Amino acid sequence: MNVQSKPGKGGYIGQSMPRPNAVRLVEGRAQYVDDVMLPRMLHVAYLRSPHAHAKILAIRTDAAKKAPGVVLVATGKDFANIEKFAGVLAHFKGMKSAQQSVIAIDRACWQGEPVAAVVAESRHLAEDALELIEVDYQPLPVMVDIERGLDADASVIHAELKDNLCFSRDVDAGDFDAVAARADHIVEQTFRFPRHTGVCLEGRSVLGNWISADKRLTVYISHQAPNMVQDCFAKLLGLPESAVRVICVDVGGSFGIKTHVYGDELATCALSMMLGRPVKFVADRLESFVSDIHSRDHLVKGKIAVTKEGKLLAVSFEDRLAVGPYSVYPRGSAVEGNQICNITAQWYTLEAYRARMQTVFTNMAPYSNYRAVGHPVAVGIAEGLVDAAARKIGMDPIEIRRNNLIPDHAFPFQSVSGMKFEVMSHHRCLDELVKAMNYEALRKEQVELRKKGRYRGIGIASMIEITNPSAMFYGIGGVRVSAQDGCTARMEPSGSIVILHGCGEQGQGTETIFAQIAADAIGVPLETVRLVTGDTEVTPYGGGTWASRGAGVGGEATWQAARALRHNILELAALITQTDIGKLTIVNGSVVDSASGEEKITLAECGRIAYFRPDTLDSYRPELCVTRHFVPKQFPFCFTNGVIACHLEVDVNTGFIELQKFWAVEDCGTVLNPQLVDEQMRGGIVHGIGPTLFEHCIYNENGQLQNGNMADYLVPMPCEIPDMVVCHVSTPTKETEIGAKGAGEAGTAGTPAAIMNALNDALLPFNTVLTDMPFTPEKVLKGLGKV
Amino acid sequence: MKAAPFLYVKPKSIDEAVALKERHGASARYLAGGQSLMPVLNFRLDRPDLLIDINGLSELRGVSNSGSGVKIGALTRHAEVAKSEIVKSQLALLSECIPHIAHPAIRSGGTFGGSVALADPAAEWPACCLALDARIVLRSSKGERRVEAKDYFLGLYDTARTENELLIRVEFPAVAAGTKAVALELARRRGDFAIAGVLAQAKKTGVRLENVRVVFFGISDRPVRLSAVEQGIAEGQPMETIHQAIDAGINPDDDIYQSGATKTHLAKVLLGRAVEQLRQ
Amino acid sequence: MSEQMQISFILNGERKQVLVPMRLHIIDFLREKYELSSPRVGCEHGVCGACTIRVDGELARGCLMLAVQADGKTIETLEHLTQTGEIKDLQEKFVERNALQCGYCTSGMLITAADLLKQGKPASREAIRDHLSGNYCRCTGYEAIVDSIEAVMKKRVESGKRAAR
Ligand SMILES: Cc1cc2nc3c(=O)[nH]c(=O)nc-3n(C[C@H](O)[C@H](O)[C@H](O)COP(=O)(O)OP(=O)(O)OC[C@H]3O[C@@H](n4cnc5c(N)ncnc54)[C@H](O)[C@@H]3O)c2cc1C
Ligand code: FES
Ligand code: FES
Repeated sequence: MNVQSKPGKGGYIGQSMPRPNAVRLVEGRAQYVDDVMLPRMLHVAYLRSPHAHAKILAIRTDAAKKAPGVVLVATGKDFANIEKFAGVLAHFKGMKSAQQSVIAIDRACWQGEPVAAVVAESRHLAEDALELIEVDYQPLPVMVDIERGLDADASVIHAELKDNLCFSRDVDAGDFDAVAARADHIVEQTFRFPRHTGVCLEGRSVLGNWISADKRLTVYISHQAPNMVQDCFAKLLGLPESAVRVICVDVGGSFGIKTHVYGDELATCALSMMLGRPVKFVADRLESFVSDIHSRDHLVKGKIAVTKEGKLLAVSFEDRLAVGPYSVYPRGSAVEGNQICNITAQWYTLEAYRARMQTVFTNMAPYSNYRAVGHPVAVGIAEGLVDAAARKIGMDPIEIRRNNLIPDHAFPFQSVSGMKFEVMSHHRCLDELVKAMNYEALRKEQVELRKKGRYRGIGIASMIEITNPSAMFYGIGGVRVSAQDGCTARMEPSGSIVILHGCGEQGQGTETIFAQIAADAIGVPLETVRLVTGDTEVTPYGGGTWASRGAGVGGEATWQAARALRHNILELAALITQTDIGKLTIVNGSVVDSASGEEKITLAECGRIAYFRPDTLDSYRPELCVTRHFVPKQFPFCFTNGVIACHLEVDVNTGFIELQKFWAVEDCGTVLNPQLVDEQMRGGIVHGIGPTLFEHCIYNENGQLQNGNMADYLVPMPCEIPDMVVCHVSTPTKETEIGAKGAGEAGTAGTPAAIMNALNDALLPFNTVLTDMPFTPEKVLKGLGKV
Repeated sequence: MKAAPFLYVKPKSIDEAVALKERHGASARYLAGGQSLMPVLNFRLDRPDLLIDINGLSELRGVSNSGSGVKIGALTRHAEVAKSEIVKSQLALLSECIPHIAHPAIRSGGTFGGSVALADPAAEWPACCLALDARIVLRSSKGERRVEAKDYFLGLYDTARTENELLIRVEFPAVAAGTKAVALELARRRGDFAIAGVLAQAKKTGVRLENVRVVFFGISDRPVRLSAVEQGIAEGQPMETIHQAIDAGINPDDDIYQSGATKTHLAKVLLGRAVEQLRQ
Repeated sequence: MSEQMQISFILNGERKQVLVPMRLHIIDFLREKYELSSPRVGCEHGVCGACTIRVDGELARGCLMLAVQADGKTIETLEHLTQTGEIKDLQEKFVERNALQCGYCTSGMLITAADLLKQGKPASREAIRDHLSGNYCRCTGYEAIVDSIEAVMKKRVESGKRAAR
């Protein structure tokens, strides 16, 4: 039935299997960090700087220390033995950052930076005591102006760095000026991508439990990369790696927010070590807004050179982005800008490309990688410019893309910026999209409705997405984030299979697809496969879930481990049944004759003999537990591609935008579980809708976040989101046997551009173009000259 | 984000509630639905010493007819207003507002009186009170007093209710039969407070609109009724003239997402739509 | 410790008599005292709906209700709805349709959906979204949630009709 020498032929792979681990969640039996209660557990709350930049002159904690239920009050100096940290990637030339301490010592550099901690019997009591701490601040000049941040007279946040530049990069490929000289038009456009944040429904949470007798720290944490936490916490706390165990059970949303080291989380573990008791920290909503990493925040000036026949010749842009006061540890705050330099418009056959990117330190909240790092901006710039070019020459957006996207037969392909693409399917995806959305009919409807004063717009965004990163992503830069994943596959005496994996679950369905892969690879029923993830003590070393790597990298490790286990089972069965191993295969939990299908021996019987009667096997030693590791090596990244369309209506009197529908066609190679991919796309699209229409961390000139709560920071709720159609094209990668590419971020990458293009398509009759996200009603009205 | 400590009492009678409040004054709060008070307690933006939970005062709950009018008890939940047959048949304007007010879980907790007591400038019920000439009934140890809605809303979260007075009910005079009501508002997300809203009510006789009532909300520090606008509509004046009356009558402040000018513009658009609907 | 008050109430079908700190909202109380983990906090200011529970049969925002206010009331959490089987079909549909990813919003979503299903009437997708308008989910994009509720509603309305016939 599910005999698999190659994945994807009639087995579980490719089927929309439901997630067995979701049952617990719908029954209210999940276990997030806040659900873990340990004996003698204490709670910590952090006092956070109200100033964006201030010298800390004095902190008086006497009254807080005496408050009811308080066990410990600590300030920055109490953590001075913890190493300082900053995320600086060695392969990013010239990148720099000041070193950050867990808790601010002499100076606070953003509104929300922790300056003191109170550990108490309950969170309530800890918060009561926080109010009794007095801090004398001397406000310092605040730097939040992205445009002026690099001016000679700008106030410099860290004097030792000399300026506010974190990282800059110039790419100059082909001769832009010479190529552009051949164009009929050079179209310019400025773009603004707002600063926004993750708003995971579960705040960041950590529970540190130091057991001094064992000299061991157990860290329950809501995180995407357990092994990274283990490595970083051990290093910074001065412990051997083996003394730190990291457990991630259920994680209530992460989206990149939970791939970093946060001072308050580290401090919580340090406090547990100071007290010898478990200490829990759960970020509440208000502190999440000012302490979770923020992202995007770009000001971009772009240009595109196009001929009147619609040939795109060259793209250039300058991108300024505003990060926080430190480069976030350990992944840094510069990957966003770097990705944009690498990939913008690289899905087109351009002759020249010029990019300048400057990442600027500011006194706003720390900033780092958030779902689809850099992509929404890269796709936004490119697709915004392509539509601008199309408008200029009066060409249909589909046609201009057909004319310029890299042909499907041209792969492998090296883009003008030097990106190496193994295989992609832009044209097939575009064809699918045109069919799925019934493009022609929508265009007709648009014309009819315009006559009635209703303005609908259709926006298209083609794109690529970096997935399955190799060690060229972090490892090469000296960042100790694993690009490889390990998987252990073990057969138990009953014939059931246990998969232990370094790559965990935050709801994407990672465990389910690993089970599907393992079941097919071995030949057992899905229900006999059990997954263990999220515990550094028992799982093989792995990278975790980020950069859409779980399926492609973690999945391949699973396949390799499970295939190796299958081989070992067959070897054992061959010996027991005295059959040539070449004639055996495993089907549905039994070893059968591959030709006749006749059952030779069940896995349970193999298990019984292997574990309890190995004496009957002469000198043969069965090995029913194998571990395999996988890391991509042929390409630095595995690029996926896709195209997203947005259909919306603008009320030109109120400036309100009503989303009608989205269509997405994506190519993630082998589709391991269609429903899970669809839902990743849908969730991803909504992450793209947020900052395009609603979400924006609004800071004033004093570095104060103006809307740091859920009533004022507008996340999309059920009524703001339309239905979304998702279709698949599949061109598997040949680098792995399973052929899966990543699928977690494509929706987020393409959606802002699709909405922007749809909006400007709707506004075409008014001769106005909007590129300053989020597109609030006011901005639309201003664009229309109504206010 | 945990509330600072406070004491809690749940009085059994109005007299007891009022007496408690008068004894503790500004350091005590009445607690009704809690849908506005609890967030500010959790934020520690407000830190009373005592909460006086008025939810035990069942006589304050419910919608009933009084003479030719309708009275709504302070503790009537938004959801109960929505379900009330009396409201549906006699206070159509209120029914029109329901879909705009928050979400199911908040509508089942939040109270009519809480909303009118708080007087959020973007809230629907205060605007309805103004549009329908309601009288707000307030209780203290000195007894009851009635305040006309036009004299009740004084500014941002500021009303004629003195610190200790308990809002016990709102009385609505009868609305003339055949009156049409429209409630339009614009909010960025469903159930959010309005960035601009308009309530309009009139009786249509032939092509004319009579007894026109217009109240704007979400555009000032309180709900605003503009008689020049009402007159303009009744007289069938051109929209430009009516817009001038709006410009003269309101001057909204900027907020984090929109300027005052945008709010004024939106108020005009909504009014145009409301009048169109009244004329249908 | 802040002042406490004795209350008596029915929690998930069991009568409880207990001393409660006055300032505690009911979610913290249920989680800490009874180790019920399905009611969750996401914002503690009434916007996200993660804390949605049932109070006397009606939807309530747990973060905006004091524990002392449970006195004399019947409180139900997802644990109870699971136990009684009231929404077994919906829970199964959520799993089958993958209407949850991280699961953090799921208690609130299910309880809010159960409130709509209880009305026993068919509702459009728009009306379903409307009923969920105060429940935030960061993961799913909502569509699968709406799909699941719609499917269960259809099935229930149909089997209701069949039973009536
Ligand atoms: C997410 C969310 C969205 C919302 N959206 C809307 C919306 O769109 N439109 C809208 O109108 N409202 C909205 N609200 C607010 C909601 O309607 C509140 O219920 C209402 O504003 C206050 O009523 P309450 O009974 O909850 O009052 P409480 O929160 O209990 O009290 C509010 C204030 O009024 C005082 N008070 C209450 N009752 C009395 C009384 N009888 N006498 C004297 N003083 C009293 C209290 O002391 C307190 O200061 C929203 C709330 C939330 C959380
Ligand atoms: S926690 Fe109660 S609504 Fe968010
Ligand atoms: S499933 Fe994660 S918030 Fe809804």
